[in-house]
Amino acid sequence: MQITLNDYLFVAGTLFAIGLFGVLMRRNLLIIYMSLEMMLQAANLTFVAFSRFNHHMEGQVFVFFVITVAAAEVAVGLALIVALYRLKQTTTVRDLTKLKF
Amino acid sequence: MDHYVAWFLLICPLAATIAILLGWHKQPSHAIFASIGSSVLCFLIALTVFAGWVPAPKSFMWIDLPGLQVDFSMILDPLSKGMLLVVTGVGMLVHIFSYGYMEHDPGKGRFFGGLSIFMFSMTGIVLSSNLIMLFIFWEGVGFSSYLLVGFWYERESAAQAANKAFVCNRLADFGFMTGILLFWFLMGTVSVEPNVLAGVYAQHALPWMGSILDNHSVLAASAPSASVATQLGVHANPVLLAIMVVGLFCGCIGKSAMFPLHVWLPDAMEGPTPVSALIHAATMVAAGVYMLCRVFPLLLLSDAGMTVIASIGCLTAVMAALIAVQQNDIKRILAYSTLSQLGYMVMAVGCYAPDAAMFHLTTHAFFKALLFLAAGSVIHALHDEQDIWKMGGLLRKIPLTGITFLIGMLALSGVPPFAGFFSKDYLLSLCFARSPFFYTVGVFTAFLTAFYMTRLVVIAFFGPARTKAAEHPHESPWHMTTPLVILAVLSCIGGFIGLKPYYNGWSTSVVHTINFVTPFPVGEPSLFMEMILPMCVVLLGIGCAWALYHDAQTDPLEGGLFRVLANKFYFDDIYDTYVVGTQQLVARSFAWIDSWIIDGLIIRGAAYVCVGFGELLRLFQTGNLQAYAYVFTLGGLILIYFTLFH
Repeated sequence: MQITLNDYLFVAGTLFAIGLFGVLMRRNLLIIYMSLEMMLQAANLTFVAFSRFNHHMEGQVFVFFVITVAAAEVAVGLALIVALYRLKQTTTVRDLTKLKF
Repeated sequence: MDHYVAWFLLICPLAATIAILLGWHKQPSHAIFASIGSSVLCFLIALTVFAGWVPAPKSFMWIDLPGLQVDFSMILDPLSKGMLLVVTGVGMLVHIFSYGYMEHDPGKGRFFGGLSIFMFSMTGIVLSSNLIMLFIFWEGVGFSSYLLVGFWYERESAAQAANKAFVCNRLADFGFMTGILLFWFLMGTVSVEPNVLAGVYAQHALPWMGSILDNHSVLAASAPSASVATQLGVHANPVLLAIMVVGLFCGCIGKSAMFPLHVWLPDAMEGPTPVSALIHAATMVAAGVYMLCRVFPLLLLSDAGMTVIASIGCLTAVMAALIAVQQNDIKRILAYSTLSQLGYMVMAVGCYAPDAAMFHLTTHAFFKALLFLAAGSVIHALHDEQDIWKMGGLLRKIPLTGITFLIGMLALSGVPPFAGFFSKDYLLSLCFARSPFFYTVGVFTAFLTAFYMTRLVVIAFFGPARTKAAEHPHESPWHMTTPLVILAVLSCIGGFIGLKPYYNGWSTSVVHTINFVTPFPVGEPSLFMEMILPMCVVLLGIGCAWALYHDAQTDPLEGGLFRVLANKFYFDDIYDTYVVGTQQLVARSFAWIDSWIIDGLIIRGAAYVCVGFGELLRLFQTGNLQAYAYVFTLGGLILIYFTLFH
């Protein structure tokens, strides 16, 4: 059985949906964060798949960019979460409702 | 160098004012030095100017617009020289008197600053050669009068009086401004120098006047003043000319407190007494009369306007004299007598006798300043007692003040050989030439004047002391009595020092310059009319007052008509009810519109609409991160739906 582009896209879409679901549903900030990463990887997977099937290298270049930015983002994000935890003694999203009028 | 000396008449008081304003008001001795020094210097310069040793300074162009050239220059003719001497002379004496009178007042630095700015403005009025310049100094004296009337501003009544004076003057100045603008519109100049005006009159048909002339030629033919205007060669619309004359007279109505704006002057007595002497008796209120004499060549253009002037003057003279009969405050009696005398002067101007007006103005400045300063000395001696019924027997206790006051009273009443006799009777006889009516009313006013002045003197200076304070008064120090003596001497000899021919020479030369002939015959007044009848009337007045008051404890004239007089013909009440009431009504309705329609509906309404929307939208801000993410996702899905499937 030949693996087609659609299969890749299906996997990527599933990954994205799982990530989104996690972001919307989970309570713990760290889990939400991991779900976000999952959504990024879904995007990466589509990039690579298109790159492979269209015989273009640009998609793979983008993946490198995304990985770099994601790494930086993880560094900043985790630091923020740690700082937040020190301040509030919690990482539950429901308890973090300061940002409102 | 000579050309600059005269400017120091203005520079001296201005410099004193600025010095006091910039800091010397905190060091009263410096302020007094600057102020009195500048007034003495001014008087000395005025003497040299009067003697003719100092020429008029070179003028320079001040405003140069197409159609309007205004010079900043001085006019030095007999009229302004005479007035200058009166202003600086009386001013200097009042400055010296104030040194004693205000000795214990904590605000005397400020007081002398006010006096100096007054001297600056008043000298400016006297020397102005055009109406624009005059108007600016005119406002200056109004301002300094406001400062000095409200000098004891912590007193509610003084603050109110200052406001009243200022508002009345502003009201009149609106008319004055109209008159000046109309004058410029009709003549194309604002200069009041007689030879400039003669030049304007000589140009028979002013080119830009053509259209007005065509429209109103019928009016020009029928109105009585057409003859005078035609005689002068000015073919102008008589109605406009009359409005111009009355407009200029409006300025005088305000400053000289003529009916119907006379109400501010008696209230202005809330100021310190030297101020009442200088500003509200001798000089500033006379500025209105001086201004009328200054623009006399213009007044000649409208006979109707002249009639208005004479009538208002006549009415004010008799009305104020009637009110004075029933007043009990020494300063208020003098204030109403000032009104009455100013009415005389204005009536004289309206009767084509500006020289008589100026003659009377000068002698009046002497004896009225004397009366006020002596009244100030009395008030000072009795520790701020102004009610004449609480005085009595003062002549023996404080003889110098008493005798000088008596001289002032005799001069004001017009008893020979004091100054008032000559000026008042000359004035009345010239009014007779215009109309016997004015003469009769004037003679009746003379009777009233003698009556109320005798009443004042008999109650305050003769008889027994009526209160404790009146039993032990103390005579004022020498620097207060010296000005009294000088003014008393002037009041005695004022009729003999050649003032009448001096001013007569001036008015004759003005009339000659503009080539004018009086519209009615002026006969030589008979001795009976000029001297004997007024003198008998004055003696009758003195006799009546003596008979009524020489041993009275309370006023024998009470009730009925006299109550009306005591209440000043209810002018203040009428103005309070109708003018102030109407104005309050309008002001309140505007305030209602402002606070409810403008502020409430439009401004706050708009703000509340914004706030309401904000409150509504604020409900979407839950602070829950996942709710935001949910909405965000939903939005993304909707976008994708629309981009892909539409």
